[in-house]
Amino acid sequence: MPSVFSEWLDRQSRHLFIMPAVIMILVFSIFPLIASAILALSRVRLRAGGYKVTFVGFANFKKQIFGSEQFHFLGTFGSISLLAWAFTIAVGALLIWWLLRYLRGPVWWLGLIGRLIAAAVLFGIAFMFAATLLSGTQIGTLGVTLFYVFVGCTVQFAIGLGLAVVCAQPIRGRTFFRVVFFLPLMITPIGIGYAFRMLADTTKGPFAPLWQMVGLGDYAWVTSPWAARFFIIVADSWQWIPFIFVVLLAALENVPRDMVEAGHVDGASHSQIFREITWPQIAPVAATVILIRVIEAFKLVDLPNIMTAGGPGIATESMTLHAFFAWRAPDLGQSAAISYLLLFVTVVLCVSFFNLVILKHRSAQG
Amino acid sequence: MKIVTKSVLTALFGAVALTGATAVAQAQKMYEGIEINLLTRPGPVIAGRLEERGKEFEAMTGAKINVASVPFADLFQKLLTDWATGTNSIDVGVFASGWAVELADGDLLADLSDFVANDPDLDLDDIAPYFREFNQKINGKTLLITIDGDFQMLYYRTDVLDELGLKPPKTWDEYLEVAAAAHGKDMNGDGVKDFGSCMFKKRNAQSFYAIMSIAAPFVQTQGTSQGIFFNIETMKPMVNNEAWAAALAFFKESGKYGPPEELNHDIGDTRALVTSGRCALMLDWGDIGPLSIDETTSKIKDLVGASILPGSTKVLDWESGKLVPCDAKRCPHAIDGVNHAPFAAFGGWSGAINAKADPKVIEAAYKFLSYMSQAAQSNYDVTQGWTGYNPYRISQFETIEPWVEAGFSRESAENYLGAIGDSLNSPNMASDMRIPGTQRYQGIILDRELARFLAGEVTAEQALENIEAGWEEITEEFGRDGQLSMYKSSLGITN
Repeated sequence: MPSVFSEWLDRQSRHLFIMPAVIMILVFSIFPLIASAILALSRVRLRAGGYKVTFVGFANFKKQIFGSEQFHFLGTFGSISLLAWAFTIAVGALLIWWLLRYLRGPVWWLGLIGRLIAAAVLFGIAFMFAATLLSGTQIGTLGVTLFYVFVGCTVQFAIGLGLAVVCAQPIRGRTFFRVVFFLPLMITPIGIGYAFRMLADTTKGPFAPLWQMVGLGDYAWVTSPWAARFFIIVADSWQWIPFIFVVLLAALENVPRDMVEAGHVDGASHSQIFREITWPQIAPVAATVILIRVIEAFKLVDLPNIMTAGGPGIATESMTLHAFFAWRAPDLGQSAAISYLLLFVTVVLCVSFFNLVILKHRSAQG
Repeated sequence: MKIVTKSVLTALFGAVALTGATAVAQAQKMYEGIEINLLTRPGPVIAGRLEERGKEFEAMTGAKINVASVPFADLFQKLLTDWATGTNSIDVGVFASGWAVELADGDLLADLSDFVANDPDLDLDDIAPYFREFNQKINGKTLLITIDGDFQMLYYRTDVLDELGLKPPKTWDEYLEVAAAAHGKDMNGDGVKDFGSCMFKKRNAQSFYAIMSIAAPFVQTQGTSQGIFFNIETMKPMVNNEAWAAALAFFKESGKYGPPEELNHDIGDTRALVTSGRCALMLDWGDIGPLSIDETTSKIKDLVGASILPGSTKVLDWESGKLVPCDAKRCPHAIDGVNHAPFAAFGGWSGAINAKADPKVIEAAYKFLSYMSQAAQSNYDVTQGWTGYNPYRISQFETIEPWVEAGFSRESAENYLGAIGDSLNSPNMASDMRIPGTQRYQGIILDRELARFLAGEVTAEQALENIEAGWEEITEEFGRDGQLSMYKSSLGITN
């Protein structure tokens, strides 16, 4: 008998070993996803003894995209300017050309579906910006989030890469600067939020005399929509540049020295060496760090909450903050719907980036 | 014999005294081992005094009071979630009385009527009628214990106005005139130009209370039962009209005479400016009076006057939605042609107990709230600015000595208490919203549209249309008939 049990155990061992991990994922990832999907399709009211859940279909999504919350999520749509139409048509044409180019080669049905979804989302986003930003009306929380993601990550990547390149050089005190540049990553975002809120205060902040001296005493960063958004990006960058810096520095230090030295011997300039030798070596790491940073940036919530509470108006409100405010209302259905919309946009953009940039780069390298 | 008798009597009194002391001690420690978890906003305002009084209460009764806090904007959601989901980690909530209606609608609050009826120490008759009958009760049951009385009032710098030869503004138009005249003057002697007006206008804070205070005299003329939010026949919002548009226009205009960062100023930021002597006019709850006498932080001791909120000479015609001039019929409560409607903003911090708490915990929690509210404690607490508590007991208005002992001059104390008394006794006092969903009507929709209007994202007309549409959605969601019934009840309309 024991031998029979042992044999059975042996046969099942692969399932048994993986079971704890599967259970953990089911409990902590899959179940919350399903529960929040149910919430997103419901109107939830808290009452004594629990919840009263009423199924409302896609009403919560409809409200955000077409209904009374459209201005909040997508922005305020008015008359669309000529520039906006031109931009939309140009983006549409570009996406069609991109799809046609794919169709001319070997087509894999899953790749086609993915590209169609990516193209639809990109076109939707382009149209949204055209109908709001380029037409002189307000962008919503989706636009604000994308602004934080793309402008913020671009700035952070550029500065982080620059610092990494400098610190990779044999300069005096580089160990000290490596530690200093890394410090902001250790600080809690709440502390950073309050610190930058104080720094931006032109009337009673620590730099108030300076602002007044340069004639900005009557100017408030946080009351101008774009200034407030930029200031949040400044704070966010201050926190996250160290992350990019550290990862890229490690990548730079792994670039084979003999290749760089060979380039120097052959008379290549610094920029040529960086373009032809260094960048191809660190590109996979750079793409990964961008992907991680983009995913993180989509979830930005603490800085706008603390620095401006989403204001002025809704100018600095990210989608996560939008969902948080709805949850606090408490409007759990709307909150879950916004969260799912965020998940959808994040997944489409990040998967597209991974498949169309990272995988393509790897396959090109062979 | 005399010696024997004296000895016996001494022994007898001693025994009685000892027995009495033991009995008192037993009675006092009757809640030994009980822990009460209380949730409120972060201290020192409100929470700080609860912690201190909690330690006193523990020494007397043995019940341990654990005071936890969350940001103001999270407070309602935390309480509702904890109590509705059956988590029940919180026994007592100290929050805005207006929020209690939604909690009571879900049967989440313990009925305190019997406790109150059998509690002579609370001295119920000493609590001003508005707070006793309106603030503490929902549908005839006492579900809350008031520990703070809240009215927004106008504060003005007496020295600045004297220097300018101006009188305190009686209307919102006069407010702007005075603010314009004072703006840019150095009001605290530091050589820096100061501000004509200070109001907190940050989103997701408490700025929406200010717009209701400003709108109230434009909207309400016929007494408290008229209300300022909804039509009492149809429950349609009464916001998309010229009265609220005038209030919005005033609120934005006042920013011209305020600090540049006013849109990002919470109540704490504004009070810091006020007490440092940088504001000529300000709109706030009763806290400014006691804060002004704190010599460690204030530069405006005995330099601040208080008055009932400014009013309007033009009021809303409820039929047409237009502003029309006040006359004796339209404004029966007007003073010198000015219609005032002092707004009971927030209603006051009040304590409520989780209906699902253990009966012994409910009893101990009630005793603690009663202890907080009793005159022996609260008559002192309301004179201390840092506590955040404002007067709500008749004895607090009638006895001026505690205020003088706290540091007020007699004249300042009389002026301050007079302003609150004028608000409290006004027949046209405007009541805050007290229906299910109040937090969403005010804290989400009104607050967001107000912020968007101030930021220039929408016009006043668009903001009011959005508020109307948003409020209608919430009313439909909760059920129009139920909401109407609750709204009428909150205004004291019983038919």
